[in-house]
Amino acid sequence: MTVAFDYTRSTGPVIGRFLTGLRDATIVGGRLSDGRVAVPPPEYDPVGHQAVTEFVDLPDTGTVTSWTWVSEPVAGQPFDKPFAYALITVDGADTPWLHAVEVASPDDIETGMKVRAKWAEERTGSVTDLVFVPDSVGLDTPPPSGSGGSTSDEVGLIVTPVSLDYHYAASPEESSFFRGLAEGRILGQRCPTCRKVYVPPRGACPTDGVPTSEEVELSHVGTVTTFCIVNVPFLGQRIKPPYVSAYVLLDGADIALQHLILDIPAEEVRMGMRVKAVWKPRDEWGTTIENISHFAPTGEPDADFDSYKHHL
Amino acid sequence: MRDVAVVGFAQRQMKDFDGSPSMAELLVPILAECYEQTGWAKKDIGFWCSGSSDYLAGRSFSFVSAIDAIGVLPPVNESHVEMDAAWALYEAWIKIQTGEVDTALVFGFGKASAGVLRRTLTLQLDPYTMTPLWPDTVSLAALQARLGLDAGLWDESAMAEVVNRSLTDAEKNEYAVRAGGSSVDELLARPMFADPLRKHDCAPVTDGAAAIVLAAGDRAREANQRPAWITGIAHSSDGLHLGTRDLTVSGSAARAAAAVGGTEGVQVAELHAPFSHQELVLRSALGLGEDVAISPSGGALAANPMFSAGAIRIGEAARRIWDGSADKVLGHATSGPALQQNLVCVMEAQENGRAK
Repeated sequence: MTVAFDYTRSTGPVIGRFLTGLRDATIVGGRLSDGRVAVPPPEYDPVGHQAVTEFVDLPDTGTVTSWTWVSEPVAGQPFDKPFAYALITVDGADTPWLHAVEVASPDDIETGMKVRAKWAEERTGSVTDLVFVPDSVGLDTPPPSGSGGSTSDEVGLIVTPVSLDYHYAASPEESSFFRGLAEGRILGQRCPTCRKVYVPPRGACPTDGVPTSEEVELSHVGTVTTFCIVNVPFLGQRIKPPYVSAYVLLDGADIALQHLILDIPAEEVRMGMRVKAVWKPRDEWGTTIENISHFAPTGEPDADFDSYKHHL
Repeated sequence: MRDVAVVGFAQRQMKDFDGSPSMAELLVPILAECYEQTGWAKKDIGFWCSGSSDYLAGRSFSFVSAIDAIGVLPPVNESHVEMDAAWALYEAWIKIQTGEVDTALVFGFGKASAGVLRRTLTLQLDPYTMTPLWPDTVSLAALQARLGLDAGLWDESAMAEVVNRSLTDAEKNEYAVRAGGSSVDELLARPMFADPLRKHDCAPVTDGAAAIVLAAGDRAREANQRPAWITGIAHSSDGLHLGTRDLTVSGSAARAAAAVGGTEGVQVAELHAPFSHQELVLRSALGLGEDVAISPSGGALAANPMFSAGAIRIGEAARRIWDGSADKVLGHATSGPALQQNLVCVMEAQENGRAK
């Protein structure tokens, strides 16, 4: 399972100045209250806490202050081959900057080594606009100057994509629920203490804090306890709004299941409406709740409010 | 100040938890163990506080699913921190100090194996100047280790000695996911992983959970024959930017130790050092001499479950008071890259360190 989101971040006057510099192939430092120059410039002085307002353009050369060898790079890192991360003190700066150094092996880098920036041709105003290389390496192209982007405006917004991969394991209770779905069954579990039936089953009864154990097969028919009409489009939406997402209390269950209500105009969906599960064709089933396409009206009379008022 | 003690502690640590990241099914037996130790039931707990992170679980509101393990009808007084449960313990300690409650149960949990931990932890860094480069936690610790090596503050043998002692002690810890000492020479002969760190210098990726029970005054004496009284607890943080702090020392750990009145007389210190050289940094920052037993549980190099490893250090230290093997102990927790945040909890056999 991949969880990903592109965060849009405003930069402010200090980080914006620094990132604008990178876009224009210039390293910009900030002067701290004690006179030292820091790269990247912090927004506030780390000791005196004053706003950092004085900026210094620095050369794109520096010295390795510390380094490590990334023998097994992970996704998103500057190289997909082994490389070095280093703390690099840019010439004219007093504090080191974390960045990547492109060398072939750990034998090709050492503390004290001189390095210089290798700038990307297309630069957006990001710390990824450059990597460092040993100063002894000849660069194919002369160092760029001026704006690398289509505009010379200050970099006021950046997009920082984040994407994380997970192996999502189901709990034993969730496993039996999903295996049941693959057989066209809806399985819940009953709490041994309060006798409530939970669907999907959980690791523990949220009322009593004890594991639920007894398996209960539930009806495919239930009652809409509450619902909302989705009018807002969002990323990944599969159905054109407006449509209804509802809590369906299956007959025999004590907790409602969230699902879609279709085959009826959205404005006609109501609390107490009786609905039944509409399953996809059997050859499309997997171990997923998506085996149930949606819930649709049964045509029965609405349930009395009293029959579900404790499940709202 | 009210006298507050650690009176209960339970833990589970494993390489790979086969279950959901909300870990409710792992927490149920842990909470049951706390009830058994104290003789209490759910109704005896005045305040609940947990530590966990949705970034680790890969799902939203995972801490809400986890409180199923408590059973929350009627509703309970509950809070959560996106930090190690050691900081949840700090919140609970303050809650008891306010007088609103007399008892608290704190717990932490995390299934680090669900993702790539060293990558997931990149999201705790400055999102403008660091995260786009995806510097992993192991690399950041390695940069810190080399700064100390280059400066002559420690050497590879000293780091290997920490590893050898930890993995030897871990042989006696049923929850260790890595154990078995060898020798400094044998350890130094192993290959580099993140030069200058070898794999054994880095805490193993660990799944797990833990819970600690706190109680004030008579409630503590009722629950435990020899409570571990908290006579000092403090935490502190260093700045966000790696470049503007000296990584070879830990200013925040030193400030936390100063805030609890120093560490003189401490016999056992459980230190949360996920990398071997960080134990050396912490011993110096906390002023722990050669006579202090360091992390007899095996420490974080033997098992390091995210969001509970710090609390486990406090629990392991408290146990030395309970069993009478020590009169003054220290539990330490860290969070953030390269020891950015540190918490110190000093516990003694006597309330406020007073002789009876």
